[in-house]
Amino acid sequence: MSLNSVPPELPDPGNPSATTGLVTAYEVVEPEAAATLAGGLPAGKPRSTFRRGLEVFLENKLAVTGVAIFVFMLLFCFGGPLVYHTDQLRVNFANEFIPPGSAHWLGTDANGFDVLGRLMRAGQISLEVGLAAAALATVVGVLWGAIAGYFGGVVDASLMRLVDAMLSIPTLFLAIVVVSLVTPSKTVLILVIALTSWLTTSRLVRGEALSLRTRDYVQAMRVMGGGSRRAVLRHIAPNAVGTIMVNATFQVADAIALIVALSYLGLGIRPPAQDWGGMLSDGIQYVNDGYWWLIFPAGICIVAVIAAAIFIGEGLRDAVEVRLQRR
Amino acid sequence: MSVFLVRRVLQSLVVILLVTVITFGLLRLIPGNPAIAVLGPSAFRNPASIHQFDVQYGFNRPWYSQYWLWLDHILHLNLGFSWKLNQSVFSLLGTHLPKTIFLVGISTILALLLAVPIGLIQAVRRNKLADHFFNGFSTVFYAMPAFLLGILLIMFFAIKIPIFPPEGPQGEGLGVLFTNFNALVLPIISLTLVEIALFSRYMRSAVLDNLTEDYVRTAKAKGASERRVLVRHVLRNSLIPIATLLGLSLPGIIAGALITEAVFNYPGMGYLFYQAALNQDYPILLGITLVVAVATVVGSLLADVAYAVLDPRVRYVSQ
Repeated sequence: MSLNSVPPELPDPGNPSATTGLVTAYEVVEPEAAATLAGGLPAGKPRSTFRRGLEVFLENKLAVTGVAIFVFMLLFCFGGPLVYHTDQLRVNFANEFIPPGSAHWLGTDANGFDVLGRLMRAGQISLEVGLAAAALATVVGVLWGAIAGYFGGVVDASLMRLVDAMLSIPTLFLAIVVVSLVTPSKTVLILVIALTSWLTTSRLVRGEALSLRTRDYVQAMRVMGGGSRRAVLRHIAPNAVGTIMVNATFQVADAIALIVALSYLGLGIRPPAQDWGGMLSDGIQYVNDGYWWLIFPAGICIVAVIAAAIFIGEGLRDAVEVRLQRR
Repeated sequence: MSVFLVRRVLQSLVVILLVTVITFGLLRLIPGNPAIAVLGPSAFRNPASIHQFDVQYGFNRPWYSQYWLWLDHILHLNLGFSWKLNQSVFSLLGTHLPKTIFLVGISTILALLLAVPIGLIQAVRRNKLADHFFNGFSTVFYAMPAFLLGILLIMFFAIKIPIFPPEGPQGEGLGVLFTNFNALVLPIISLTLVEIALFSRYMRSAVLDNLTEDYVRTAKAKGASERRVLVRHVLRNSLIPIATLLGLSLPGIIAGALITEAVFNYPGMGYLFYQAALNQDYPILLGITLVVAVATVVGSLLADVAYAVLDPRVRYVSQ
């Protein structure tokens, strides 16, 4: 990417009063452009807003911890089984409820399955479903919201009324109804969760599109003869990316919470496959027997992953919003 | 103001109508033949009985006619009939809904009473120890799924230290809630903690926003004490978004109630819904979905109206 790709309205980063919260997001989309800009300019020039955003993110200890936890959990769930071999297929009642020890680091469950190994397998399902559903929800929500916000008028009104109507059914209720209509597999669950959680994204993106459309620099570009295509691709979409990324991160947290809740209720992934929610649902049956290792490991994993996603989301939001940086 | 009100009410009506379309669409997605589901698999051998059932309940009509019939039923408060429980959804709601309203009401009041001061303290002591403490607290409960919180409460306060029963009050009628209050403690604590985590974060940012406003500086310049600025100016203005938040978080609170009721076997609407999902009792599922959706729409309508009443700037714009 060349320097020419940087639009003229990019504010002078050295002059904070000229920057708005939304403009910062520009570089988030085109990191290469920003890097070229920062690296290619003579020394002494102010740093790019992308760099500043990254610095704000890295200064946020919680956000960095969140990234670390998330990466660790991904490695644990997807890499763990390669190192730590356990039999998660054959039920062995002779091995049931062994407390944590050297043979089984986190003990065994009612079927004699090693809990640590099961935690990895179960985590794969929770994370896969959560991440895929959040990605799909973000794509659908962005398209829906962008179309509504860009076209406005009747299209906007009818698209958004549908969103209003679906939003008024709590996600958990809608998901439970749909899951009781179909037999849930991993793919079905991804679709169900995405179907029920794209709504907030679409609202956010629509609002962003509406406000960006009337921004001075977009108006100025229009006066100079720029078309709708340029407005959307060059100005509206890149400026909304920051908001979308922050929202997508929170979507991951929500999607994992939802899949885990559905499985806990016995409406998510069906046995023999199991996710963290299913492990907890099984573990609670033996709560009277004091088998704590059937509850705490899965519980800690769930809280850690969701908290990590929230921390990352908050860190990103602070990095994207200059207004907060200055406060 | 009245123009705003009328427009907002009309908008809500449109949304409710759309909700009925969605619910009806889900109703039609139900796999299988309702006649066979009710009459039993052997009804296959008796087409006449299936035909009679279809005629009686309008299943032989075209879909738009069925929708119309269904809408007419709903307007007459006929929310459907659970053949599995042999009871109308309306009468089932009559016994279960008051218990949910009781649980949600008490938890929400408790949560507000605690979350408002917590948010205020956090904002005033921003980035100090108290802020970090409550931030950690609210993040943990925000990230913790409601059912996990319920499980932990049962583990510690019903089994390890058996002070409270692990189940909500059982039995018919609202009376059991008062005679067996001990059993209510854990469900209420569970839902309250979830709500505090939700509210205090908003309260903190609302106060933070207000602290940077010009009027705070003006009040301070005029010699108002820190306490007076906080209570008379910042707190009052920060409570406005909380009124809106209450209306908007209704779906979240109802969902939290569903999980809490499922964990503690608390016989409210959420528990009824959960059991219906396990038994694939679709009339109950869709009847409750409709009720919850209408409650949410009314909640957000009230939130908007409250916002307009509380914040003079909104009224000015709407005129």
